[in-house]
Amino acid sequence: MTRYIRHAAAFCALLLIALLVNATRVQVFQADALDADEANRRNAIVRFEQPRGDILVDGRPVTGSRDTGEQLRYERTYKNGPLYAPVTGYASQVYGTTFLEHAEDDILSGTDPMLAPLPLWNDITRAQNPGGKVETTIKAAVQQAAYAGLGGKRGAVAALEPSTGKILALVSTPSYDPERLSGTDRAVADTWAELNGGATKPMLNRAIRQTYPPGSTFKVVTAAAALDSGEVTDPDAPTKSPNPYTLPGTSTQLTNEVDGCTNASLRYAFRWSCNTVFAKLGVDTGLAPMVGTARNFGFNDSGLRIPSSVAASNFDTSMDRAQLGLSAIGQYDTRATPLQMAMVSAAVANGGSVKAPHLVDRTTTEDGDVVDATGAKTLRQAMNPGTAAQLREMMTQVVDEGTGTNAAIPGVTVGGKTGTAQHGIDNSGTPYAWFISWAQAPDDPEPSVAVAVVVEDAAADRGDISGGGSAAPIAKAVMEAAIGAH
Amino acid sequence: MAGTSAGTAPPAVPAVRVPRRRGTELTLLVVAVLLSVYGYCAVGLAKNDTVPPGAAGYGAGLGVLALVAHLAVRLRAPYADPLLLPIAVLLNGLGLVLIYRLDLETPRDEAAPAQLIWSTVGVGLFIAVVLFLRDHRVLQRYAYLSVVTALVLMIVPIFFPAVNGARIWIRFGGFSIQPGEFAKILLAVFFASYLAANRNALAYTGRTLWRFRRLQLPTGRVLGPIVAIWLLSVGVLVLERDLGTSLLFFGLFVILLYVATGRIGWIAVGLLLAALGAFAVGSLEPHVHSRVEDWLHPFASIEAGRGPNQLAQSLFAFAAGGMLGTGLGLGHSILIGFAAKSDFILATAGEELGLSGLCAIFLLYALLVERGFRAGLALRDAFGRLLAIGLASILALQVFVIAGGVMGLIPLTGMAMPFLAQGGSSVVTNWIIVALLIRVSDSARGQPVPVEAA
Repeated sequence: MTRYIRHAAAFCALLLIALLVNATRVQVFQADALDADEANRRNAIVRFEQPRGDILVDGRPVTGSRDTGEQLRYERTYKNGPLYAPVTGYASQVYGTTFLEHAEDDILSGTDPMLAPLPLWNDITRAQNPGGKVETTIKAAVQQAAYAGLGGKRGAVAALEPSTGKILALVSTPSYDPERLSGTDRAVADTWAELNGGATKPMLNRAIRQTYPPGSTFKVVTAAAALDSGEVTDPDAPTKSPNPYTLPGTSTQLTNEVDGCTNASLRYAFRWSCNTVFAKLGVDTGLAPMVGTARNFGFNDSGLRIPSSVAASNFDTSMDRAQLGLSAIGQYDTRATPLQMAMVSAAVANGGSVKAPHLVDRTTTEDGDVVDATGAKTLRQAMNPGTAAQLREMMTQVVDEGTGTNAAIPGVTVGGKTGTAQHGIDNSGTPYAWFISWAQAPDDPEPSVAVAVVVEDAAADRGDISGGGSAAPIAKAVMEAAIGAH
Repeated sequence: MAGTSAGTAPPAVPAVRVPRRRGTELTLLVVAVLLSVYGYCAVGLAKNDTVPPGAAGYGAGLGVLALVAHLAVRLRAPYADPLLLPIAVLLNGLGLVLIYRLDLETPRDEAAPAQLIWSTVGVGLFIAVVLFLRDHRVLQRYAYLSVVTALVLMIVPIFFPAVNGARIWIRFGGFSIQPGEFAKILLAVFFASYLAANRNALAYTGRTLWRFRRLQLPTGRVLGPIVAIWLLSVGVLVLERDLGTSLLFFGLFVILLYVATGRIGWIAVGLLLAALGAFAVGSLEPHVHSRVEDWLHPFASIEAGRGPNQLAQSLFAFAAGGMLGTGLGLGHSILIGFAAKSDFILATAGEELGLSGLCAIFLLYALLVERGFRAGLALRDAFGRLLAIGLASILALQVFVIAGGVMGLIPLTGMAMPFLAQGGSSVVTNWIIVALLIRVSDSARGQPVPVEAA
């Protein structure tokens, strides 16, 4: 019997070995896949186990954390939620994260290995770092001016520091309070349904995720292309432009809202926004130079991150001459985000150099040790510095004595360009009112702020006056705040 | 061991006895109690940053239980294997820690206090067995009483309502016991007794199937009870939806049959019958069928959008533990849900103690089983040998079936991890098993070693 007892013991040993091998399989070899499974709630529990790091504006947090004592413990709170929603996005237990909450999630949630005191430290201790902080480039005063300026209207504002690309304001209205998406209770689901169902799309970040036909503000790009390519050598020389202008190869006649556009000079046409002159100028400059300049300003770039991704602005790369003529005045397929148009204005203000727009000044640990800092980075040279100087002068004249007088600030050099973009079937929709501008305080060596404003439901008086009437005052308020806050 | 002892013994003495090693047992018991108290404190420190208020009471309670059990062994089983009691105390103490740890997540449903009471009852019965069962061979006389009692115990729950799909509980008042747990021991006694009495008939008579001598079937008179037991195990499974217990009975019987007769053919027939029975029940009985489906596709419910099922949650818990574990109190195995403290207690161990802790627990069980086998080897009466092997096999099979189930190695069956899991009947039964192993190991080690053997 002894022999058979030994066999039975060997059988039990075999069972033990099977258990040990299986335990190793699950706990070592399959562990990573199981840990990463989306249905594994541990990830969510660990994620919300500690307060999330804060997002800072002017050094003060615009976010907070609330301890609920529930399984997903810490909920995100927001100070001035609707004001900063296009910057922060939301951080929801149920619906994930967007914008800075998403782009800087590793820092804010504490998972970024750079937050650890020593490399590999956390792998050994299994400790979790406290969430880090994200210091934004946003200036509270500028942001508030833009938000107040838009008031109840649908629209967006983007403001940049031209020499660095720092985003000073990023506003989209109507907005929402991201705090309403924190937590797991029923109200969160209701809020989600309400925000997504709303016709006004409050969660749409119009400043970076929505493209609009830029209308006449695109004439800055067309003028830069014409000057850089040598199509126009003297802005004061009359152009050979008929009024009305028949688009090449069609019978479509283009007209103007103002008088005096026949054979007007570039300077005059820019100041009064002559469609005929700019459409013909675009056609005469040619497709390749127009596309090249547009691209250098940032059009057709789908890879732009601030660090949230920015919708690509569009300028078609293959068009016939009539389409090119329309595109040159910001119509046809030409579309731009408000941030893109702020970059156009900033390029003019900054000697033609386009700085990479960015929202994050630096990220730090909870104690304030710098993890990463964003410096000024040149994306592209949009035009020659000489061209930029000429455009700067022309934009100043728009504000001094042209369509953009509503943006004038006494004692401050302000350059601007109005725009009105028709849309809808047969242009039936209320036109979008645009204004792009920059401002230079008297004691500053260079312009310190560039702004783009778009108002979707502007007062219904058609024409370029709409951009000057509805959008320019908002830009003015933003620039005043920026110079004051500078 | 006999050889080395014989060298020191005076040549005139015909036989020597092995050392008693009661001091070793006491030292190991102190270690086991201290480890359990350490675990208890670790949970409190991790969850609330304080030593839990009951730490002293918990340590004292466990310590007194261990000490009294030790005194009983010292008094009535002085030659017993010194590892058995400390391992049982450590596993029971660790189980209480794990249940207490899970109680913190379910403050309205505390299980640790009841488990401590049941453990006390278990230790009480342990002491009773050690004190009053002077010789294990007495049990042989009650073989048929045992099997009748076991049958009654197994059949009674059929008349009580099902709990979570299985009819294995008797409930009265606020009180529930699982009679199938006690039936295990009774059946082991019966099997050991029956096989010890009939092993020659089973091994050497009967018809030969085909031309293989090893596939030889015994006569119907001897075979009858075996087939009856097989049908019973399948019957229990079907009526009570208790795959685990029927698997345990069946495995126990096949192992004892093999040990008694040494016929490979029995294992072949046993595996064949088990496969047939399992296949039939697995495809016909929906409760069992779904268990098999869960085993084959543990993430099917996730893909279907219903979220992870218990097995998937259990696998997540083991994975989260990794090599070293999250630390006691720092895991999230409560996500497993209602059976976290009972059937799935091992997942908490796997998550918070890691693969290293889990291996340690498996090795403790393995040591317990190995000590049972060792006692069986050393005994000279066939009944005692088979009883020891049977009891050790019960432990081994239980650990394999439940650990394999919660880790996706085999289909899940509702069984309790010996000593670790919440469950009064289980704790009490396992203490009785350890008491019987103490008794047989005392006989094995205490009996005179013949000089010829040295």
